[in-house]
Amino acid sequence: MPELNVSNRSGLNLRSVLLWSAVGLVGAIAWGVVALSRGERISAIWLVAAALGSYAIAYRFYARFIVKRVLRVNDRRATPAERLNNGIDFHPTDRRVLFGHHFAAIAGAGPLVGPVLAAQMGYLPGTIWIIVGVIFAGAVQDMVTLFFSMRRNGRSLGQMARDEIGPVGGAAALIAVFAIMIILLAVLALVVVNALAQSPWGTFSIAMTIPIALFMGVYLRTLRPGKVIEATVIGVALLLFAVIAGSWVEGSSWADTFTLSPRALVIWLVIYGFAASVLPVWMLLAPRDYLSTFMKIGTIGLLAVSVLLAAPTLSNEAITKFASSGAGPVFAGSLFPFVFITIACGALSGFHSLVSSGTTPKMIQKESQIRMIGYGAMLVESFVAIMALIAASIIEPGLYYAINAPAGLLGSTVQSASAAVNNLGFAITPEALTAAANAVGEQTLVARTGGAPTLAIGMSEIFAAVFGGAGLKAFWYHFAIMFEALFILTTVDAGTRVGRFMLQDTLGNLYKPLRQVSWKPGVYATSAVVVGAWGYFLYQGVNDPLGGINQLFPLFGIANQLLAAVALTVCTTLLIKSGRLKWAWVTGVPLAWDAAVTLTASYQKIFSADPKLGFFAQASKFSAALEQGTVLAPAKNLAQMNTVVTNSLVDGVLSVLFASLIIIVIADAARVCYRTYRSPEPLPSTEAPFVESRILAPAGLTSGGDDRRETASSGTDRPPT
Amino acid sequence: MNIGTLVRTARWYLREVSGESLYDRYLEHHAAGHTGEPAMTRAEFERWRVDRGDTDPPARCC
Repeated sequence: MPELNVSNRSGLNLRSVLLWSAVGLVGAIAWGVVALSRGERISAIWLVAAALGSYAIAYRFYARFIVKRVLRVNDRRATPAERLNNGIDFHPTDRRVLFGHHFAAIAGAGPLVGPVLAAQMGYLPGTIWIIVGVIFAGAVQDMVTLFFSMRRNGRSLGQMARDEIGPVGGAAALIAVFAIMIILLAVLALVVVNALAQSPWGTFSIAMTIPIALFMGVYLRTLRPGKVIEATVIGVALLLFAVIAGSWVEGSSWADTFTLSPRALVIWLVIYGFAASVLPVWMLLAPRDYLSTFMKIGTIGLLAVSVLLAAPTLSNEAITKFASSGAGPVFAGSLFPFVFITIACGALSGFHSLVSSGTTPKMIQKESQIRMIGYGAMLVESFVAIMALIAASIIEPGLYYAINAPAGLLGSTVQSASAAVNNLGFAITPEALTAAANAVGEQTLVARTGGAPTLAIGMSEIFAAVFGGAGLKAFWYHFAIMFEALFILTTVDAGTRVGRFMLQDTLGNLYKPLRQVSWKPGVYATSAVVVGAWGYFLYQGVNDPLGGINQLFPLFGIANQLLAAVALTVCTTLLIKSGRLKWAWVTGVPLAWDAAVTLTASYQKIFSADPKLGFFAQASKFSAALEQGTVLAPAKNLAQMNTVVTNSLVDGVLSVLFASLIIIVIADAARVCYRTYRSPEPLPSTEAPFVESRILAPAGLTSGGDDRRETASSGTDRPPT
Repeated sequence: MNIGTLVRTARWYLREVSGESLYDRYLEHHAAGHTGEPAMTRAEFERWRVDRGDTDPPARCC
C-alpha cells in the first residue's frame, strides 16, 4: 500500500527543477545539432537525445496537463475494470502489465516502414514530424480516446461515433475502418512480398514459422496447456534456428523451391490469409501472436541498446532536394503534405484509436494511469519510428535509392540501377551494389522497395557493429527480415479475421445467418471477400510498372490519417459535449492539422495535373497514349499500359472516397458541436455514472514520489458533474 | 534490489504479460463467485480462453 503524503502539493522542489532543467537543456542542445548541422555528418545519438528529451518533457508536463486540467481524471471514480470485473474482459490489470499489452497491440510494422520511405526527404523532416507529431497529436489521440472509452465502459470508436455524432458519422466511421483495413493489409503484404521475392533464405525462414506455430499450438492445446512462456521460448529457439538454416537452404538444391517470384508469393499469401482466417485461432493465430510479440519487443529492445552502443553516423542529408521538388523516386509529392502522410504510425496513427477503445479501457485499474498507458506507449512507438529513420539514414544515399526506387526506373541489372541512381544525382558503382547484396547474402538489392530490405540493411549494420562484426551481417539481415515479416503476417492473420467479422456483422443485417460465426458457408464467403479485396490491391501493387509501394503507400497513409481524423473528431466532439469547450483545442488543433494534411494530399492525388502525382492525370496520360498505340515508360507493352490505367483509376476513386468520408464525418460533427454550443441546457451525459472506487494504485511506472502524491491528492477532488 | 527479487519480479511480469497467470485469476474469481459449480481444469480453461479468440480476435495494429 503506498504511503500517503499530501504535503508539498506544488511539486516544485529544487531537485525537480534542476532535473527538468537538465533534461530540457540536453534536449535543446540535441535539437540544435540535429537542425543546424549542414554538410557534415552527425551522430545518430543526437536524434536519440532530441527524441528522448522531448518525450520526457512532454510526458511530464503536457500529458500531465491534459490528464489533470482537461480530462480531469478522478482516481476516486471506479474504472469499468473495477465495477464490471468478471476476471476476463474486465479486470483491473497492473499498469505495467497493461502497458505491455497495449504497446504490443499498437506497435507493428507501420513505424518501421513509413520513416524508411520518408528518408527520401532527408532525416530532418521525418524527425521533426515524428517527435512533434507524437507529442501533440498521436499520443494525445491515443490517450484521449482511451479516456472517453474508459468513461463509457470500453465502447468502441465506431459505437462512440454513432452515439455522439449520429448515424451518418457512425456509418462513415465504419466504412473508414473497413477501407483502411483492406489497404493496410494489402500494403503490408506488399512489403513482405518485396522482402521475400527472389530470396530463398528469407522465404524459407518465414515459411518455417507456419510449422513452428502449428507445433506451438498443439503443444499449448494438448501437451502443456497454459505454459505460454515455455512454448514461446521453444518457438523462438526454433525461429532462430530457421534463420540460420536459411543460409544452408540458399546454398543447397532446395534453393530453387524457395526462390519465388512476386506473383507466386501473392498467391501463397492469399491462400495463407484465407486459411488463417477460417482455421481455429489456437492452431495458427494465437501461437503466432506469442511469437511475433516476443520477437517484436525483444528486437526493438535490442535495437535501442545497439543504436546507443554503436552510435552510427548518418549518411543521409538533413533535407534532400526531393523535399521541395516533389520528384522523389520513392514516393511522389513534396514535403507538405506527403511526409505527414508517409509517416503515419509513429507520429499519428488512426488505427491506435481502435485499440484504445477496445480491450485496454476495460482493464485499467485507475483513471490516472491513462497517461502512462495511452500517452506513454505511443511515445515508445514513436521512438521505434526514430530508430527506423536512423537505420535508413545511416545507409549511403546511392544504395538507398538503388533499393527504394521502383524497378521501372532502375531496370533489373546493377549496371542499369547504377546509371539510374547517378541520374538522380547520387552515386553508387555496379560493383558496390553487388558487394552490398553479397554482404547480406542476397542475390540482388536493386528495387527491393517496401522499406523492409532497407531497414534490414540498416539494422544489420547497427547489430553487426555491436555483435559479431561484418561476418554476421547476413545473419542479422535475415533476422531483421524475419522479425518484420513475422509480425506483418500476424497482422495479416488478425486483420483478415477482424475484417471478416466486420463484414459478417454488417451483412448480417441483411441476411441473418451470416452473423453466426459457426455457419461455415458464411465464414468462407466473407473470408474470401476480405482476402479477395486485399489480394486485389496486392496483385495490383506487384504488377504495377510504376511501382506498387510508390502508388499504394500514399493511399495507406491517407486511410490511416482518415481514421485519425475520425478519432480526433469524436474526441473533440466529446470534449465540447462534456462542457470542456475551452480545452477543445487539445484535440481540435491536431484534428485541423490532420484534416489539412489529408485533404491536401487527397486533393493533389485527385486533381494534380502532374501525372506522377495525380491518379487521374496519370490515367488519362496513359489512356491517351494507349489510344495512339504507343507505350510509355516505364510500361513495356500494351498490357502494362492497361494495368497502369486501371490501377490509377481505382486508386483515384479510392482517394475520392477517403476524402469524402473525412468531410462527411467532420461536417456532421461540426453540426453536433454547434447544436451543443447553442443549447441552453447541457446535453445529457453519455458517461457511465460515478461509483466510488475501493482500490488504490499508483499512476506511473514507479510507486514513489510524484505518483504517490497524485494518487493521494486526486482522492480529494470532487467528481466532475 | 537483490538478484532474488529481480528474478521474482521478472517471473511475475512474464507470467502476467503472457497470460499464464490468468488461470490463477480465474480460480480466485470462481471461488469468490460461490456458485458451487466445479471450476474448470487448467486444460479446459486454456481451451475455453483461446477459443474465445475465434469470435473475438485480438486487435493488432500496423
